[in-house]
Amino acid sequence: MIHQISIFLENRAGQLAQVTRVLADHSVDMRAISIAETSDYGVLRVIVDDADKATNVLLENGFILSKTPVTVVEVPDQAGGLSPVLEALAEGNMDIEYMYSLFTHRDGKAYMVFRTADEEKFKALVTAHGVALAGNEELGIK
Amino acid sequence: MPNYYQPEIETASREQILAWQNERLVKQVKHVWDNVPYYRAKMEEKGVTPEDIKSIADLHKLPFLTKADLRDAYPYGLLGMPLSECVRIQSTSGTTGRRVVAFYTQHDVDLWEDCCARAIVAAGGTKEDVVQVAYGYGLFTGGPGLNGGSHKVGCLTLPMSSGNTERQLQFMTDLETTILCCTPSYAAYLGESIAEAGLRDKIKLKAGIFGAEAWSEEMRRDIQNSLGIKAYDIYGLTETSGPGVAYECSEQTGMHINEDHFLAEIIDPETGEVLPEGSKGELVFTSLTKEAFPLLRYRTRDICVLTRKPCSCGRTHVKMSKPMGRSDDMLIIKGVNVFPSQIETVLLEQGYPANYQIIVDRVNHSDTLEVMVEMSPEKFSDSLADIHDEEKKLVAALKTMLGIYAKVRIVSPKSITRSEGKAVRIIDKRKI
Ligand SMILES: [Zn+2]
Repeated sequence: MIHQISIFLENRAGQLAQVTRVLADHSVDMRAISIAETSDYGVLRVIVDDADKATNVLLENGFILSKTPVTVVEVPDQAGGLSPVLEALAEGNMDIEYMYSLFTHRDGKAYMVFRTADEEKFKALVTAHGVALAGNEELGIK
Repeated sequence: MPNYYQPEIETASREQILAWQNERLVKQVKHVWDNVPYYRAKMEEKGVTPEDIKSIADLHKLPFLTKADLRDAYPYGLLGMPLSECVRIQSTSGTTGRRVVAFYTQHDVDLWEDCCARAIVAAGGTKEDVVQVAYGYGLFTGGPGLNGGSHKVGCLTLPMSSGNTERQLQFMTDLETTILCCTPSYAAYLGESIAEAGLRDKIKLKAGIFGAEAWSEEMRRDIQNSLGIKAYDIYGLTETSGPGVAYECSEQTGMHINEDHFLAEIIDPETGEVLPEGSKGELVFTSLTKEAFPLLRYRTRDICVLTRKPCSCGRTHVKMSKPMGRSDDMLIIKGVNVFPSQIETVLLEQGYPANYQIIVDRVNHSDTLEVMVEMSPEKFSDSLADIHDEEKKLVAALKTMLGIYAKVRIVSPKSITRSEGKAVRIIDKRKI
């Protein structure tokens, strides 16, 4: 199970830098980052190499956050590589709440984070379409 | 050329006004003692009986009434007449907890409308005029008060109520309105709308009577220029009747208090001590003639100065300055009374931390209210849509509580400024 950390960010200069500084100071390495925002605030979503440590140090620094289980799929790092996943979702009539990509690329593979309303159904759908799921180990996550 | 609605009263000698006040105060204290147990208990507690009040020199012996008393006594505790004799209520904006309900007999309505008629005539109104009342009608006193006063003067009265600017401008041009009554911010807005629509040549306005919110001399100049009128201030509060407690004359240097109906004092808001004439302090009113809701020594919380300097208009009634502030934390936003504690209540009910900040500003002559709220772990969600839904719920709850729209801004936890450990709750950027 891969956990994403979602952090509340006010839309104010320096807020994002504060988060990355806290993580860097504690040698937490980011694997992926994404921001959803309105004009006043946003939710920063990160995948890190050590979610427990990141959670602790961010809480200590006064951030508000939550941990959310997400699914990471492995796709070919080439044009149309995402198609099987999206087709599987269309077939299962599933909506994506959000998705973003990991920095990690390896052996011609890229990795995408997906969040849907039903993680188990999502996993079943994509594996039925021959899409491989990535686990903590291949992503270097503790 | 000064105009009066009731010249024998408005220009009465000082002695005559004092004689009315003495006689009416004695009678009013007796009326309250006999009919308002709530206030009688307060008098008894202070060891005062009606026999102790022989003239207005004894006024200081009477206990004060505050908004808290009005809440305690809600709804009928301060009623001075049987309900069967009452014909009307008016009420302040706000929640049940903060709401003030004032009662009127037909006689009360009559006297209130006389006061408003005096204000209209002082602004140059005659039966030849067309008066457009763009104050809200309903529980708010602005619309009904000026409407009644306008009838008394014999003006053609346009009961427009507030809002719907397009329709306001259409009637103003088609029916050739000469006197406009509304809040000063709406008057300024109408001025801009008229300029934008290129209607300035079609406007026949000569005067405006604007109240229910604070406005500066600078704003007066803007309104006078944009509408091509003289702009007159008017003062009142629901507790004492509504607009018309005091009004401006052609001199525009303060508002004449209708002293035959309202006895004014200035007190030190800390000690309650009566201050000498010319001092700046909290305005306190005693209703001399109200039957249904006869408040004695009601603390308005408005800070101002009274002056008896002779006025060029010929009126002899004391003048009050524009209110210069408040002795409590009440804000008047878009003419609506807002207490920070109301906002705090909503935040707690909705599960937000009580560390908030209220930012009031005036943009394009219209008040704005923004409430800064800190995000909390309980309210946070990974889904932006969920946070937004919660925010919408909070906006709706604030609207219900306050009666006006407040923009909500969600900020980082513990980010709201605290000075010396105490949070700065209110930032009022309006230049009034
Ligand atoms: Zn005058």
